[in-house]
Amino acid sequence: MFRILAFVALTLAATLPARAQVDIQEVTSPGGLTAWLVEDHSIPFVALDILFEGGTSLDAPDARGATYLMTGLLEEGAADMDNAEFAARSEALAAYFGFDSYRDSINITARMLTQNRDEAVDLLRAALVDPSFEQSAIDRVRTQVLSIIDSNQNDPSDLASSELYAQTFGNHPYGSDHEGTAESVQALTRDDLIAAHRGALARDRVHIGVSGDITPEELGLLLDRLLGDLPETGAEMPGDAPYNLTGGITVIDYPTPQSTAFFGHAGIERHDPDFFAAYVLNQILGGGNFRSRLMQEVRVERGLTYGISTFLVLFDHGPMMLGQFSSSNDLVAEAIDVLHDQWADVAANGVTAEELEAAQTYLTGAYPLRFTGNATIAGILSGMQIDEMPIDYINTRNDQVMAVTLEDISRTAARLMDPEGLHVVVVGQPEGLETGN
Amino acid sequence: MFRYMLAACMALMPFLPSGAQATEVSEFTLDNGLHAVVIEDHRAPVVVHMLWYRVGAADEPPGRSGIAHFLEHLMFKATETLESGEFSDTVEANGGSDNAFTSWDYTGYYQRVASDRLGLMMQMEADRMRNLLLTDEDITTERSVILEERAQRTDSSAGALFNEQMRASLYLAHPYRIPIGGWRHEIESLGREDVFSFYHDYYSPDNAILIVAGDVTPEEVRALAEEHYGPLEPSGVEPRERPHDPPQIADRRVYYEDPRVSDPYVVRSYIAPERDPGNQRTAAALTLLSNVLAGSGATAVLPRVLQVEEARSLYAAASYSGTNLDDTVFSVFNVPVPGVSLEEAEADLDRVIAQFLEDGIDPEQFARIQFQWEAEMIYAQDDVGDWARMYGVGLTSGLTVQDIQDWPDVIASITPEEVMEAARMIFTETTSVTGYLTAPGL
Repeated sequence: MFRILAFVALTLAATLPARAQVDIQEVTSPGGLTAWLVEDHSIPFVALDILFEGGTSLDAPDARGATYLMTGLLEEGAADMDNAEFAARSEALAAYFGFDSYRDSINITARMLTQNRDEAVDLLRAALVDPSFEQSAIDRVRTQVLSIIDSNQNDPSDLASSELYAQTFGNHPYGSDHEGTAESVQALTRDDLIAAHRGALARDRVHIGVSGDITPEELGLLLDRLLGDLPETGAEMPGDAPYNLTGGITVIDYPTPQSTAFFGHAGIERHDPDFFAAYVLNQILGGGNFRSRLMQEVRVERGLTYGISTFLVLFDHGPMMLGQFSSSNDLVAEAIDVLHDQWADVAANGVTAEELEAAQTYLTGAYPLRFTGNATIAGILSGMQIDEMPIDYINTRNDQVMAVTLEDISRTAARLMDPEGLHVVVVGQPEGLETGN
Repeated sequence: MFRYMLAACMALMPFLPSGAQATEVSEFTLDNGLHAVVIEDHRAPVVVHMLWYRVGAADEPPGRSGIAHFLEHLMFKATETLESGEFSDTVEANGGSDNAFTSWDYTGYYQRVASDRLGLMMQMEADRMRNLLLTDEDITTERSVILEERAQRTDSSAGALFNEQMRASLYLAHPYRIPIGGWRHEIESLGREDVFSFYHDYYSPDNAILIVAGDVTPEEVRALAEEHYGPLEPSGVEPRERPHDPPQIADRRVYYEDPRVSDPYVVRSYIAPERDPGNQRTAAALTLLSNVLAGSGATAVLPRVLQVEEARSLYAAASYSGTNLDDTVFSVFNVPVPGVSLEEAEADLDRVIAQFLEDGIDPEQFARIQFQWEAEMIYAQDDVGDWARMYGVGLTSGLTVQDIQDWPDVIASITPEEVMEAARMIFTETTSVTGYLTAPGL
């Protein structure tokens, strides 16, 4: 009796939350740079999120790791400042800068107080436009990168993902770790880093999101001051990646009580007509919360893992559908069996109407809740631009999620999910697992 | 530059969000003892609802480690009115996200939802405070899940295993010596009765703190809290009194070898005072000391000398987190570059700290650190979720709302002399635990 009453009450409450309340302005600087801005003067600081398309996949074949090391050196000395002076000045302004590289982009983030914004912009400009690449800084940061490469050789997750990418992409930059190898990083010269900087940070590939205490006029001037002196064009983008992965299981022996599994196969492009169906499908299969099929079957029902998830990886030159979990060495074989069963079941039978409705309700309800905080909003805005979304995307996105039908899911599952082509890399000492392709 | 990540290292974040005065914070207490804090942020129609219990891993019966964390997992199972998993399903069906966390001093549950869903969250959270059912099947399956969690977070990480050994060596009697998730052999033996009696003893309105942050008013929160939490009977939970350590009279050393270690390091940890209600000056000085020693990778004392000037370290740092119910930990770390031994790395730490005690603090560095704390009061307003966590940790650590609001002013009032005094107190202490994490053959 109690249960029925509660069910009614909860269902009544579950109507759709409000739409996202964000007003995006497109700002074009006098010098011709474009940014998307959410203007909000309630807290006296501004957050910038800048994406340069390309990223570590721009590395020349003989200079693997150059873009990664270059990005790490941007804050290690610029203009007339060495790294300590650069750090001391940013600390004195309480400005925070982030310099991160990914396979398809370089991401520069900044938070600057309104009270000293001009000085903070000048400091960040020096790092982006006029980095020194002093030999002593190169040597110091190179040592750090070598240590990261070495640690990755002892990290089961890194070992597993590296193996899967190597089998998939071969000699394409996606096929090797973007930090480079110990040998390639040892061999990098100052000229390699200057070339990587010249190729990666150019105006023709920049996407800018801004949120916080700034007007469009002020932002226009800021953009030219910050980025106006970057070269107009940069390095050519890499070509499409090959796809060499075949179905099967690869085991990498590693002395640890719990095996780490990384699995997947080819995915779907962001601009594919079935992208939204694939997105909802992934949410139902392994979208990272308790309700997902895999979480229910592998964790909740059987206790075989602490967590299992799947994700669509939107690599620009070779999208993937991937997932991961960890299970004790004596349980991992059973977990992989369950994974295979579910993969085959969804590929053949799609999902239930109840699963679809729950996923749509969650995805559309959660979406407006993302838009909180200047730093988060700035990141969403730059991401929308690099993904070539229209500026009114936020208003149409939930409708596109709701438009997905069971038929769309079945068609997309049959097309996308390939139980025969699913490859699982296991790092650990799994018991009772048959390997092979 | 690249921040070198110590595997599962102790908290290294130099700046906790501090109590900016611009954001409205208010509090009230229900008749049944439930203490509530409301943090207003009306920029987006979102609310974070958190319920914190003043109980954690340091409150478990001896020999039964892991109960607090096990119970945290089981709180998502069936109650008298909700089916197993229905709590999270309902949060998700409303577009929200939810999770839970356990530490030595607290266990917390949170949901982030559209602000018009707050009442529903309170209804469900109040329900599971008192009405949890637990089946033997739930116990068996979920115990397997938490053993997998331990395998993933701890047993698979040389650094995490080493940290467990360090803490167990640092605290002699205080239950901070046990791992939050429990020792594996003790988790394996936990049954329904262990968890259920812990639940009945500690999960009650007078042992809970409600924190709501976001697009709400204190009046709305109060009305909803009265409706949903108000009817719950209090249990009369006593204030916590844990075993305390005897005076520490001996240095201790921990050597741990693990083939999975890539970069060996040395860490030295000291028992240190925590923030106490109405008395936060020493903790503030120690917080600033950790900033001076390691708050910046290029200008703070340890990395400046060891990483930049001498190139003898990959990473050198200090850590201190003052928000704790009982005595906390101050640590210094050194990850040497290849070719420098751990003995030399330990000597390097000693040398740089001795020189620092002689030289004192660079006034310009101190001014920069103080300005960064001031700026943090602006930046921290960007995420009320962080604020909610800060209040939750503070209040379950015995502080008052006033203490938490005073914290930025206490920090701002600390002089370099007080920081040096705190440094002499910590570093002339002879009772530390020094640990080496290394791999066989290195």
